[in-house]
Amino acid sequence: MASLFKRRSKLVEVDPESDIFNKETEGLSQGQIVMKRFFRHRGALISMVVLFTLIVFVFSALGFKVFGVGYGGWWKYKITDLPTLRTEGCSIELPGCPTLSLIPGKHFGLGDHPFGQDDLGRDYFSLVMRGAERSIEVMVVIGLVAGFLGIVVGAIAGFYRGTRDAALMRLVDFIITIPVIVLGSVLGYHFGSKGVLFLALFLGLVTWGGLSRLVRGDFLTLREREFVDAARVAGASNRRIIFKHILPNAIGVIIVNVTLLMSGAILLEAALSYLGFGVVPPDVSLGLLISQYQDSFTTRPWLFWYPGLIIIIVALSVNFIGDGLRDAFDPRQRRRISRKDRAAERQTAVKK
Amino acid sequence: MIAYISRRIAAMFVILFGSSFLIYNAAAYAGDPTEGLRSSTNPQVHQKLIALIRELHLNVPPPARYFIWLKGIGKVFTGHIDLGLTRDHSPVSTAISNAIPITIRLILLSFILAVIFGLGIGIVSALRQYSRFDYAMTFFAFLMYSLPIFWVAVLLKEYLAISFNNFLLNGKIAPLWILSASAVSGFFWAAVISGSRKRVFSIFGFATAATALFLTYLSLSKWFTHPGLGPIMMFILGLGFAVAVTYLSTGIGNKAALRSSVTVVVIGLVLYFPVEYFLKRYANLLTILIMALITVAIATGVPYYFTKIDRRPVIRTSIITSIFVGILFIIDKLMKTWVPYINTDAIHQRPIPTISEANSLLPSGNFWFSSLDTVVHLVLPTIALILITMAGYVRYSRGTMLEVMNQDYIRTARAKGLSERTVIMRHAFRNTLIPITTILVVDFASIMSGAIITENVFAWHGMGTLFNQAVHNQDLNLLMGVFLFTASLVILANLAADLLYSALDPRIRVVGKK
Repeated sequence: MASLFKRRSKLVEVDPESDIFNKETEGLSQGQIVMKRFFRHRGALISMVVLFTLIVFVFSALGFKVFGVGYGGWWKYKITDLPTLRTEGCSIELPGCPTLSLIPGKHFGLGDHPFGQDDLGRDYFSLVMRGAERSIEVMVVIGLVAGFLGIVVGAIAGFYRGTRDAALMRLVDFIITIPVIVLGSVLGYHFGSKGVLFLALFLGLVTWGGLSRLVRGDFLTLREREFVDAARVAGASNRRIIFKHILPNAIGVIIVNVTLLMSGAILLEAALSYLGFGVVPPDVSLGLLISQYQDSFTTRPWLFWYPGLIIIIVALSVNFIGDGLRDAFDPRQRRRISRKDRAAERQTAVKK
Repeated sequence: MIAYISRRIAAMFVILFGSSFLIYNAAAYAGDPTEGLRSSTNPQVHQKLIALIRELHLNVPPPARYFIWLKGIGKVFTGHIDLGLTRDHSPVSTAISNAIPITIRLILLSFILAVIFGLGIGIVSALRQYSRFDYAMTFFAFLMYSLPIFWVAVLLKEYLAISFNNFLLNGKIAPLWILSASAVSGFFWAAVISGSRKRVFSIFGFATAATALFLTYLSLSKWFTHPGLGPIMMFILGLGFAVAVTYLSTGIGNKAALRSSVTVVVIGLVLYFPVEYFLKRYANLLTILIMALITVAIATGVPYYFTKIDRRPVIRTSIITSIFVGILFIIDKLMKTWVPYINTDAIHQRPIPTISEANSLLPSGNFWFSSLDTVVHLVLPTIALILITMAGYVRYSRGTMLEVMNQDYIRTARAKGLSERTVIMRHAFRNTLIPITTILVVDFASIMSGAIITENVFAWHGMGTLFNQAVHNQDLNLLMGVFLFTASLVILANLAADLLYSALDPRIRVVGKK
C-alpha cells in the first residue's frame, strides 16, 4: 500500500529544452509532427488498420451500386436468399451452425455459412455484412452532418460573439437539454422507415450541440491571439482569418471530437434500432439483429455474438483512433522518454 | 447571487418552453394517434374516431395544440400541475410519480459504485502513467466505452444470472476457476502496487496464494450456499478498513485517528448482538436511518477522547470508518436472510433474476425479505450500468489528475518536504475532485433520462419504460410528461453544477464583480 504513492513518473523532471525534445520537432511541419506522433500510438495504428480492413471487407462482401455503376460483391448469398438449412457437422436439433473455422485444417476458412443461418435458413453472414454496412454508413453520415453543423455554428458563435453568439448558444441549449436518445427515438420512430440515410441525417441534426460548444470555446480563445491581430492589421478579411488562421489551429479539437462523436453515433444507432426506433425491417442493422435474435441466445448463440462483436470492433477502433489523434494534436503532450531515448542521449552527450 | 439564480431559472423556463415546443411538434407531426383505429374493422369506428379527435384535440394543428397542453402546465403556478391523461385515461402525473422511485432505485447504487471505482482506477492509473496497469485500464475503459448495453445485458443474464444460479445448487467452485481467479487477482495487485521486479513477483505470489486460499476456504465451508459474516469476520474486515481509511485520510502516523477509528470498530463489535436483535425486530427504513445517525454521532464523539487539537481530520476518519461498519451490519443481516429467502416458493433456489424490479410472488411484510429481493434484482442492471458508465470516469479522472499533478502548487508542496501521501491526497486529489463533481451532477441527470435501454432490457417499469410506451402508442401527453421531467432535471443539474463549481473553486465566479 505504501508504495501506492511512490513517485514513478519522472516525466516532469526532464528539461523541455533537452535534445530529445528538440530532435522531435526539428525541421518538421505541424502535419508531420502530428503524423509522427499518431503513428507512435500503437493502439491507434492497429485500430486504423483493423477499421480499414473491416470497411473494405464489409463493403465488398455484398457489393454496392454508386451512380449506376455496380459491383456484385464476392459473397454468394444475398440477404433475401433462403438456402436450405445446413445439417452436416451440426447437432440434429440445431441445423445451420456456423462454418467459420480459424483452426488450420480441413475446415479452415469461411465455409458455406461462416456465421451460420437463422431459423429460416437465411445466411447470417450476409445479414451481418449488410447490418455492418448500414451501421458504418450511419456513423459516417452522422459524423459529417453533426461535424459540419457543429463546426459552422461553433465557429460563427465564437468568432463573431455578441448577438449571433447568444442566439446560437441558446439554440444549442435547446438541443442539449433534450436527451439525445429521447429526440432520436421520436425522430427515428417516424423517419426510420424512410431509409437509413434519412435516419442518420436526422440523428446528425440533433447530435452536434456538444461539438459546437467546444469549437466555440476554441474560437473564442484563438481570436484573441496575436497572430489573428497581426492578420487583421495586415488587412485580412474575416473569411480569410477564419479559414486560414483560426481553423487550422482548432483542427485538433475538431477532429478528435468528431471521431468521438462517430463512435457514439454507432452505439446510438444500435440502441435506437434495438428499441425499435431506428432501422426497420426489411432493412437490416446490427442493433436490429441483436434485438431480433436475443431470445435465441441459448439455442443459437452465433446469431447473437457476431453483430455485437462487429459493433464493438468498430466502436473500439474509432475510439482508439480518437485517442491517438488527441495525443498527436495535444501540444502539451510530451512523449514518454523510453530507456532507448535515454541511452541515445547519453551517447550523444559522451560524443560532445 | 439570488439575482443570478433567478435569472438562470427564468432562462430555464424559456429553454423548456422552446425545447418542449420543438419536441411536441416533432412528435405530433410525425405520428398519427388514429392510426390504430383507422385500420380496425370495428363497425363503430367512425364514432370512436370522432371521440378520439375531440379528446385529443386532433382538429387543432399541432403548434396551436401545443398551447392547449401548455395551459395545463401553466397551472403549476397555482399548485395543480395538469399533465393531461394518457391514452388509457389515467393521469400522466400519477404514472410519472410511480415510475420515478423505480428509476432512481435502478441508477443510484450503480452510479455511486461507478463513481467510486472509476475515480479510484483513474487516479491510480494517472499516478502510474505509462505503466502496464495504465495501459490495461485504458484498454478496458475504451472497451467498456464501446459496449452496447443491451448486448452486455444478454451476456450477463446468461453467464451471470443463469450460470450463477446453477452454481448455487451445490456451491462448490471448480479448481480451474479458483486458479484463474487467483491469477487475475495476483496480476491486478502486482500491477497496482508495483515497484522493483523482485517486489512485483513477491506481491504477485502473495496475492495469488491469498486469493486461492480464501476461495478454497469459501468453497469448502459452503459459504456460497450459507453466506454470512459473523462477528469475527466483521471484526477483521472492520479493522482492515479502519487502517486503510486512516492511511488514506490522515496518514498512519496520526495515532489519534488510528485509535479513534479502531475504537469505532470495537464499539460496533461490542454492540453486535444488541444491534443484531434490534435489526431483526424493528427494522424499517426509518429505524435504520436513526441508527445510522446514532452511529455517526458516536463516531463524532470518539475522537474527543483521543485528541484535543486538530480534531477535524480525526473525526472525518472515524465517521468514514463508522459508515463502513454500518454497511457491514446491513450486509451481514442480508446474508443471514439469504437461506430462508432462496428457500421460499417464490424464489425456488434460483435467486438471481434476469428481469423486473421486484418479485411479486414473495410474501410481503418482511423488511429483510423485500430488501434482499431488491438487492438481487439490482445485481444485473447495476453491473451492466457500472460497466458502461465507469469508463468515462476512469478516463476523465485520469486526465484531470495528470493535469493537476503538473501544476505548480504540487511542485511547491513537494518542495516543502510534504510526504507523497499528503501531496496526493490533500493537494492533488481534492483539486481533481472539483471538475469531476460538477460533471457528476450533470451526469446523474442524464443517466436518469438515459436509462431507457437498461430499463427495456431488464424489464423495469421506470421512466424509460413510460417513454418507450409513449412513443410506441403515440401517446403525446405521456411523452411530454416524461420529457418535461427529464429536461427540467438536466437543466437544474446544469445550474447546480455551475453553482457547485463556484462554491468549490474560489477562482471561478458565476456572478460578476459588484
